[in-house]
Amino acid sequence: MTPQQKFTAFRTILTKEVLRFARIWIQTVLPPMITTALYFIVFGNLIGPRIGEMDGFVYMDFIVPGLIMMSVITHSYANVVSSFYGSKFQRHIEEMLVAPVPNYVILTGFIGGGVARGLTCGIAVTLVSLFFTSLNVYNLWVMFSMIVLTAILFSLAGFINGVYAKSFDDISIIPTFVLTPLTYLGGIFYSINMLPEFWQNVSLANPILYMINAFRYGFLGISDIRLAASYAISIAFIALLYGFSILLLRRGYGIRT
Amino acid sequence: MTSALSIRDLKKTYKNGHVALKGISLDVARGDFFALLGPNGAGKSTTIGIIATLINKSGGEVSIFGHDIESDPAAAKSCLGLVPQEINFNQFEPVEEIVANQAGYYGIPRAEAFARAERYLRQLGLWEKRRTMARTLSGGMKRRLMIARALVHEPRLLILDEPTAGVDIEIRRSMWQFLREINAAGTTIILTTHYLEEAESLCRNVAIIDEGELIENTSTRQLLNTLHMETFILDIDNPLERLPELPGYSVRLIDECTLEADISRDRAMNQLFQDLSAHDIKVLSMRNKTNRLEQLFMRLVEGNGNTGVQA
Repeated sequence: MTPQQKFTAFRTILTKEVLRFARIWIQTVLPPMITTALYFIVFGNLIGPRIGEMDGFVYMDFIVPGLIMMSVITHSYANVVSSFYGSKFQRHIEEMLVAPVPNYVILTGFIGGGVARGLTCGIAVTLVSLFFTSLNVYNLWVMFSMIVLTAILFSLAGFINGVYAKSFDDISIIPTFVLTPLTYLGGIFYSINMLPEFWQNVSLANPILYMINAFRYGFLGISDIRLAASYAISIAFIALLYGFSILLLRRGYGIRT
Repeated sequence: MTSALSIRDLKKTYKNGHVALKGISLDVARGDFFALLGPNGAGKSTTIGIIATLINKSGGEVSIFGHDIESDPAAAKSCLGLVPQEINFNQFEPVEEIVANQAGYYGIPRAEAFARAERYLRQLGLWEKRRTMARTLSGGMKRRLMIARALVHEPRLLILDEPTAGVDIEIRRSMWQFLREINAAGTTIILTTHYLEEAESLCRNVAIIDEGELIENTSTRQLLNTLHMETFILDIDNPLERLPELPGYSVRLIDECTLEADISRDRAMNQLFQDLSAHDIKVLSMRNKTNRLEQLFMRLVEGNGNTGVQA
């Protein structure tokens, strides 16, 4: 295939993925808007004023970046894991496997779909937040780059989950028992400086903490973590998961007999 | 000239130890209409899965128009269109998108992909359904959709794994006509089917696989020539209580108006009709009891020790 043909194949997979979640927007885009609106009402409006300031910002402003990031993480992961597992379950992954599409084009197509849904949900949640607070933008480049890196990273994680999944239960186990706890303990609602030293050190083992803090830096200019460490961790994880995903595709794990 | 498909010593052993293919070698000439037959579990779908790179082989070589599926997979895949046995498209996508997306996977630009999708959907009578979600199509339409999808990148070799299974006779016949036309236009076709009438009617060459081995590989005509005896059903006008003596023929009375006659291929049938007329028995109509290829298939497969065949 020529580079032009490979790009056409990539664009086809990406378009197919975007249309897939756009067709079912009530299931894919609307829920994070409603969930986040509830977070803003309960934690921001009702409980927030009693908490007071967090790192020099009103509580509502402090939690906005984390909630946007939570939505991006959850939905970029969910999009790829459900789409890839669905394509295995209905066997239409074979449409791509019989065609001369290189593995990296298949992977980037699915990841592109995950990033598109993650960013769509992130923008939707940001729009909802405007009803509750005004947005501060401290560093747009950090904000944008970190949200894209995070969406790529969790799309890759979702892809690997989708490759290994053998039932619909398998695509909900990781999000429920791993992703959600790590996200909630990743500093969405609090600064890790509030924790005892031991738990601060434990929190540093959570990669999501680095992403949420860097993203918050983009909004508010504050972070519990050095920015360089956040980028290094995100890029390292992306490289690792990308390499592993390509290996799985090359071996045909779960998709070729 | 290289073959459309060349298979050399193809072997497949699954993880559970089941040996699906024991070393098959086969060539399909360019432009051929080829039948790959065999009972359930014989290894047909495994062979097709390996050719389409959906199943990893345990040994041997496969090349499509001279392109090895392992060392030159992109070129080999570009030559191949596959209509699998099971429905394998996204049931929640519109018909037109399924076909156009498949073209996209082969690097065909979007506008051209939709133009081709229109052409094949029209040819296969699905254009009116182009915006319909695929899950709502009937069984026959789903089969035709898979044919349109397999043809959209205009492959030189088309493999159809039981394309007419569960399809009513009218649609089956229109699909046969369509396949004849694309074969006449130069596409090599390999067909697996349980309807042996289909293979006899369409295919010039036949291979039979049983228990992972190739037990026959010849032209359909040559294979049919090996049939020495054919059984015919004769419908007669007046009811008979007892069959008269008909020396030299094996004739049985099935019911009072139906006879069954075994007739050697080297024997003229005129004599039988004369003998029947002499006993004032008029034949209204006559037909083969079984499809000729089916008889041969059963004989070959049973000869190979397989008694649980389903033709």
